[in-house]
Amino acid sequence: MSKIIDALVLVGGLVLEGLLALGRFVLFLLSAAAFVFMPPYKPRLLIRQIRIIGADSLFLIVLIAAFTGMVLGLQGYVTLSKFGSESALGTVVSLTLVRELGPVLAALMVTARAGSAMAAELGSMQVTEQVDAMTVMAVNPVQYLVSPRLLAGIISFPLLTVIFDVVGIMGGYVIGVGLMHGPSGAYFNGIRDNLVAHDITSGLYKALVFGLVVTWVCCYKGYHAARMAVGISRATTEAVVLSSVLVLVWDYFLTSILL
Amino acid sequence: MNSTPSNGAGANAIEVRDLRRRFDSQQVLNGVKLDCPRKLITTIVGPSGCGKTVLLKHLNLLLRPDSGTILIDGIDVTRLGLRGLDEVREKFGMLFQAGALFDSMSVFDNVAFPLVEKTRLSLSEIAAKVHEKLSAVGLEGMGHKFPSEISGGMQKRAALARALVREPEILMLDEPTTGLDPTRVGSIHALIRRTQQRFGLSAIMVSHDVPEVFEVSDRVAFMHEGKIRLYGTVAEVMAADDEVFKRFLAGRAAEEETGLAAGGR
Repeated sequence: MSKIIDALVLVGGLVLEGLLALGRFVLFLLSAAAFVFMPPYKPRLLIRQIRIIGADSLFLIVLIAAFTGMVLGLQGYVTLSKFGSESALGTVVSLTLVRELGPVLAALMVTARAGSAMAAELGSMQVTEQVDAMTVMAVNPVQYLVSPRLLAGIISFPLLTVIFDVVGIMGGYVIGVGLMHGPSGAYFNGIRDNLVAHDITSGLYKALVFGLVVTWVCCYKGYHAARMAVGISRATTEAVVLSSVLVLVWDYFLTSILL
Repeated sequence: MNSTPSNGAGANAIEVRDLRRRFDSQQVLNGVKLDCPRKLITTIVGPSGCGKTVLLKHLNLLLRPDSGTILIDGIDVTRLGLRGLDEVREKFGMLFQAGALFDSMSVFDNVAFPLVEKTRLSLSEIAAKVHEKLSAVGLEGMGHKFPSEISGGMQKRAALARALVREPEILMLDEPTTGLDPTRVGSIHALIRRTQQRFGLSAIMVSHDVPEVFEVSDRVAFMHEGKIRLYGTVAEVMAADDEVFKRFLAGRAAEEETGLAAGGR
């Protein structure tokens, strides 16, 4: 009997622990979101974060987008030509990118680049008491450090996604039409006829959600880094892994809602 | 000698009464009573894990106690809301153990940070105040450097300038000489005394530099197992007939070397 009670205590403890952690995670987002609307407003900090998350990720996004579009063009052309439907290449490439690969790959790339840096920077500020120093100087660290990053993520991700989509479509054109000599007019005609506004907006909604999720997770993990030698590296790893997993999980649910 | 009689309202910059705080199963603060008289340096010493860092984190309002009171300049800070806390925070400056300078900002911007964020001073007024404080700590002309480009001792000096820049009445210092070359310890202590006298500050310091720190202390509080076990002037504390304190003084070096000390919070 006592063994059953011990097991129940253990399970109950784990469940409570999990719920508490989830509660802290959600409260962190709510307070950061609330501080976005509270003075003092710091446009300078926001612009700086948009530069770090957005502008500094541009080269990587363009590079990955070009190769993604190119491989789609190649695979798409080879597959479609088996059915004699090379003219559908533009449709296939653009829909794949705009609906799915653009938002997801852009989010994963920004997670790897800016998200990890965000977690590491906040983690090191926490471990070296810089966050405490801010609190003691009566500057709210969530408002100063987290809110601008959250907002910058929400602004940057859709913009990067749009760039990803356009560059990817061009990459598909270069391979499918330029290299494989597919029908050139049909590529863009297919896009014009079959890519509708709903495809674009649903991709952008996804990017918006991913921007929120990635900055939320990365800031949370960095901000709560443990004060020990491995604290920062553990926080960074957890931030990148959890962000990537959540991006893919949310992608499924958003797709099922938006389709 | 276990505590001091109250000197009457207003004589103390900080008064702590029966402060208790528990972490999980550990009673870290177990009824702390402490007075920090105005315009004097009060130093808290004690073995690692005795709760001195946790006590300081209650005084600088980073942690909240389970029970007890803390009066800072006569205000009971344990009952304040967020806005009230921010007002009290303007009364004191804090020097963190490793300096806690923002490494994304230059020394100048670090020292200017509290003024830029919390006051409406013009840029030239801010620059004047920052330069005044930088020269007070012996860092003239170093404003453009980044924290990573200067030595540990200079980082402490810059952090001290930042703690002083809003001209607080109270200065709190968390192990200001940790990680410094032994030859630098004396010069930081001298700097602390000089600034305390120059700006008429009430200072409270947590230190492990026993007995060196006694040279710059007006009052010493010996903390042991979550309580202030001894309190008084340096002479009074040194003359006290207390076994635990004597063992602490004698075992200070040995304890550090063997790492017997429990991890402090």
